[in-house]
Amino acid sequence: MEVILKNLTKKFPSRDKKNRNEVTAVDHFTFEIPDGRLIGLLGPSGCGKSTVLNLISGLLKPTEGSIFFGEDDVTDLPPENRGIGLVFQNYALYPHLTVRQNILFPLENLKGKDRLSKEEMQKKVDEAARLVQIDGLMDRRPRELSGGQQQRVAIARALVKRPKVLLLDEPLSNLDARLRIQTREEIRRIQRETKITTIFVTHDQEEAMSISDLIIVMKDGVVQQIGKPQEVYDSPANLFVAKFLGTPPINVFDGRIRDGRLWIGGDAVLDLKGVMDQEVYVGIRPEGFVLNDKGALGCTLRGVEVMGRDISVVSVNDAAAGPAVRSIVGAEDRLTQEARHKPEGSPIRFDVLPRKVFLFDRRTEEKIDYEVRQRRNGD
Amino acid sequence: MMFKKQWNSGLKGWLYLLPALLFLGVFMVYPLVDVFIYSFEEGYNSASQTYMGTGGYNYSYVLHDPYFLQAVKNTFLLVIITVPLSTGIALLISLGLSSIKPLRDLFQTVYFLPYVTNTLAVGMVFMILFKKTAYSDGLINLFITWFGGNSVDFIDGPYWAKMFVLCFYTIWVVMPFKILILTSALASVNPDYYRAAQVDGTSRFRTFARITLPMISPMIFYLVITGFIGAFKAYSDVVALFGTNLNAAGMNTIVGYVYDMLYGDSGGYPSFASAAAVILFAIVFTITCINLLISKKNYSL
Repeated sequence: MEVILKNLTKKFPSRDKKNRNEVTAVDHFTFEIPDGRLIGLLGPSGCGKSTVLNLISGLLKPTEGSIFFGEDDVTDLPPENRGIGLVFQNYALYPHLTVRQNILFPLENLKGKDRLSKEEMQKKVDEAARLVQIDGLMDRRPRELSGGQQQRVAIARALVKRPKVLLLDEPLSNLDARLRIQTREEIRRIQRETKITTIFVTHDQEEAMSISDLIIVMKDGVVQQIGKPQEVYDSPANLFVAKFLGTPPINVFDGRIRDGRLWIGGDAVLDLKGVMDQEVYVGIRPEGFVLNDKGALGCTLRGVEVMGRDISVVSVNDAAAGPAVRSIVGAEDRLTQEARHKPEGSPIRFDVLPRKVFLFDRRTEEKIDYEVRQRRNGD
Repeated sequence: MMFKKQWNSGLKGWLYLLPALLFLGVFMVYPLVDVFIYSFEEGYNSASQTYMGTGGYNYSYVLHDPYFLQAVKNTFLLVIITVPLSTGIALLISLGLSSIKPLRDLFQTVYFLPYVTNTLAVGMVFMILFKKTAYSDGLINLFITWFGGNSVDFIDGPYWAKMFVLCFYTIWVVMPFKILILTSALASVNPDYYRAAQVDGTSRFRTFARITLPMISPMIFYLVITGFIGAFKAYSDVVALFGTNLNAAGMNTIVGYVYDMLYGDSGGYPSFASAAAVILFAIVFTITCINLLISKKNYSL
């Protein structure tokens, strides 16, 4: 089922007595979620992600705008008539009921012609339990389960009525790091098997990037960018999106364009075509640096960090917005090995890879498109 | 060396406990044991510290005393009527309080007032409401006659009328505490459970019966148990309503009987009082055990 949001807005009354302005949690959302996909709704804490989820679920009424499930306008429908499954951040499993009773609960609410016979109900419960692989734990109570198992029960409870749309609110935030990776694969698998349009909310970009078909990045109630994870990563629409995606985060410099050249501090880093002279923010992904003794960008070495597979060179540059410039470099590189033995404070030079370099307008922070002009020898 | 160290720390612990143990021993354990002993000593005289013999005579006397039997009947009626009713009404009021938003604080304060008001002062108010005097029939009778009924003497009249006033009064007095406990119990239920239920299309009644009630049931059991114990120990409320000569009014309670046996007009019989007190203890103990067994069976989270 496609989910279409049109001009969706939610304002909350202000709690602040002195400042009567309303708080806009969701600001004119318009987008279409395609059928049968896994969508990650991504943004920092307090940006209105959960509000969007609650609006789609019907637990909140929008101030403005409308929501369609396929052809049907569901804006004024109460949650129970929308055909959604919702998994809460804390799972909200009923502690006094067993796993079986918890999954059965939504089915027991059905009335009239929708009501199933006892056998059909049990069959559906077993089916849902098998799907999330908890069929061996049916007579336990929630507190006798691990966090990951509770999560599965919550998903089974949300799926047992075969919802048109499955909504997950921060599904992985209560799990430890290892379980998180395992569970996100699990969510991916369940979504693939059921083909139910699934929207999940997260503040963890890695989580969203790893399993989503599509990510929606939002900030302060406004959609920043929608796209496939890799597209969004490779072509961020603005500085916020660029900073929000990627670990380690992107390095931001104060830069300027003069006579077709991009300058960071006193170094001309790239030759550009098709951009006007202006002050810009320069974002360079950590993997966009290449060590080169004659490289374009000069920094001061702070240290070399080895983290398993990756080696990152931490250095300082006066034009950098952050306290340090972090670059991930090839471990086998001769220059990397050399850098490891250089004392702190020695100069170090990098070349930058153009497709890992993004320019943003100083004022609007929107991305500026550019083309790279190949340097002639000796230029 | 090790042993000495352990012994030292053990001794130290007991030393710290000593003041509390002394206090509890002198004021709790010793009197309890003493009461038990008195109850088997016939005709104990507290002035001369003498008694005539030992045996079960005190119990046999008390259990055949019509005043005691009346007191037991009154107490049981009071318990059976007020505990379920007050808990039920408190639950309804708490549910109402937690589902309204405007004026909630005001209502909470109003419902809590009886808790901070002196028993005897409340008793006076009830006298004004219910008592027939030479000048007025009392406010309630005024209403009854308005609607065409016959006025009833609630304080000195028929047994059912007096029982009604006593139960009404008891429920009213114990209500605030129960409302306080239940509103906080209701507030502590995570709202996500209700949202989950709403998404699943759970009816309001089913939400209450299958989610709210099980979640607050420990608190309800707590209130029922303390309610039973409190009602079995009823005394001051009865005095506030019907005066000190309770046997004459036929409204005595077990605790009232114990008091009368010690200090009342017919008093001076510590042995009988002790026997009655031990019987009361046995009753309360049994009922509390039954309560705990039921609550364990029904509520194993």
